[in-house]
Amino acid sequence: MIRLEGVSKVYKTSTRPALHNVSVDMDKGEFIFLIGPSGSGKSTFLRLLLREEVPSKGRVYVSNFDVARMARRRVPRLRQSIGCVFQDFRLLTNKTVAENVAFALEVIGKPRNTIRKVVPEVLELVGLDGKSDRMPHELSGGEQQRVAIARAFVNRPLVLLADEPTGNLDPDTSQDIMLLLERINRTGTTVLMATHDHGIVDSMRRRVVELSLGEVIRDDARGVYGVGR
Amino acid sequence: MRASFVFSEVLTGLRRNFTMTIAMILTTAISLTTLGAGLLIVRAVGEVQENFASQTEVQIFLTNDSSAIDTSCSQSPCADLKSQLQNTYGVREVNYENRHQVFERFKKIFAAQPQLVELTREQALPATLHVKTNPGTPTEVLAQQFKNRPGVKSIGDQGQFVRDLFSKLNTIRDVAFGFAVVLAVAALLLISNTVQLSAFNRRTEVGIMRLVGATRWYTQLPFLLEAVVSGLVGAVIGIGGLLALVGAVFGGGGSSIGGIVTSMGIGDVLLVSPILLGVSIVISALTGYVTLRLYVRH
Repeated sequence: MIRLEGVSKVYKTSTRPALHNVSVDMDKGEFIFLIGPSGSGKSTFLRLLLREEVPSKGRVYVSNFDVARMARRRVPRLRQSIGCVFQDFRLLTNKTVAENVAFALEVIGKPRNTIRKVVPEVLELVGLDGKSDRMPHELSGGEQQRVAIARAFVNRPLVLLADEPTGNLDPDTSQDIMLLLERINRTGTTVLMATHDHGIVDSMRRRVVELSLGEVIRDDARGVYGVGR
Repeated sequence: MRASFVFSEVLTGLRRNFTMTIAMILTTAISLTTLGAGLLIVRAVGEVQENFASQTEVQIFLTNDSSAIDTSCSQSPCADLKSQLQNTYGVREVNYENRHQVFERFKKIFAAQPQLVELTREQALPATLHVKTNPGTPTEVLAQQFKNRPGVKSIGDQGQFVRDLFSKLNTIRDVAFGFAVVLAVAALLLISNTVQLSAFNRRTEVGIMRLVGATRWYTQLPFLLEAVVSGLVGAVIGIGGLLALVGAVFGGGGSSIGGIVTSMGIGDVLLVSPILLGVSIVISALTGYVTLRLYVRH
């Protein structure tokens, strides 16, 4: 589903590569943690998958897309098959819960009938049925992240990228969010989550890819956050 | 593409940048009014040229002696002058008007001022040779040529008067176009600024749109339309301004400037308006597009 082949990325403003000769293969339906300290290249990794950046060397594949070489006009198609969740939720503060989720479909031109049908469904899936008319500021952090997940998942993406989705949440709420991501993973969606959260990685026992200074230093099928920690 | 979605985005954008939008609309409007005034002058000059090119004539006023003696232009110097004129390149027609005929015409012209007619004696008026030329003939050369011939007292060149009028109108036109260009630059910069501001205000929305895979058109069309809608409103106000201007100068139709510039009315403004609308739409869309290309990452 996701494949990087000898990928390096050097930013113009830096002499040290953000990623160096990274090769990883992630299958459909996998749940992968991407870990490593700040500056280890996690964000660059995710940005390459979204074609927010182009690698300096190597190939990037997501599903059938040859991400680094595809024409720019096809990038929207790629992004429609990837859902994204962030630490800071990135909700539109002037829209209700349902409108936030619907927005993701409106802007890719989905018909109104479809939107009216699928938005309540996905809100129920993330446990927000009954809160569709609330504004984001009326919700707790955990609930806001659920809205963000609903928005990322409403178009049924093949891949869900989560960049520190629990970074702003307390441990209990984080647990709930992880259960939700697991549920989404069980529908067959590949979930790739960048995180610093030891507790979550250790308790889930999923595949762990660890980056350090831009290189993959560990790839465990059922790993923990830090060896011997 | 969902029109209702794009439309609501455009409205939101315009509302959020209310003051900038107003500035943008007003500058566009004034710029277009000035441009329109320039275009109307071009039309007026063209019309006047057409009307007067065939009607202007050179009048050769004869000396007192000649006017007194010769009533049918059968003697020298009048007859000589007439035949010389008839043999001059570009001359179409030469007509003689004796002193009495001139006085009759004078009485007709000044019928409204009987005192003036009373005070004027027939002997004070010169017999005149009316010279009509083919269009495009340089009448000033003709006037120069005959100025010092025997029997000629003075020469009146209507072409010279029309040329002076045209040159003044052309200066006004050039100044109007100059102002229009300067204002258009101001409008352009305002449009560019407003589009940038609008995009900055909605960076979260645009960021999300890009992430979920909205096409470039979907993310950028609202901004582009904002620019075009403002341009359109500006153009409509500008056309209104032009109508007001024409109304103020010509009093709503019927009158004219000095009997030379024929009346301009709503019809003329309506003929110019499509140009103004077109210019406004093209410039605002182009500015919006270039701004988005240069400053807003997709």
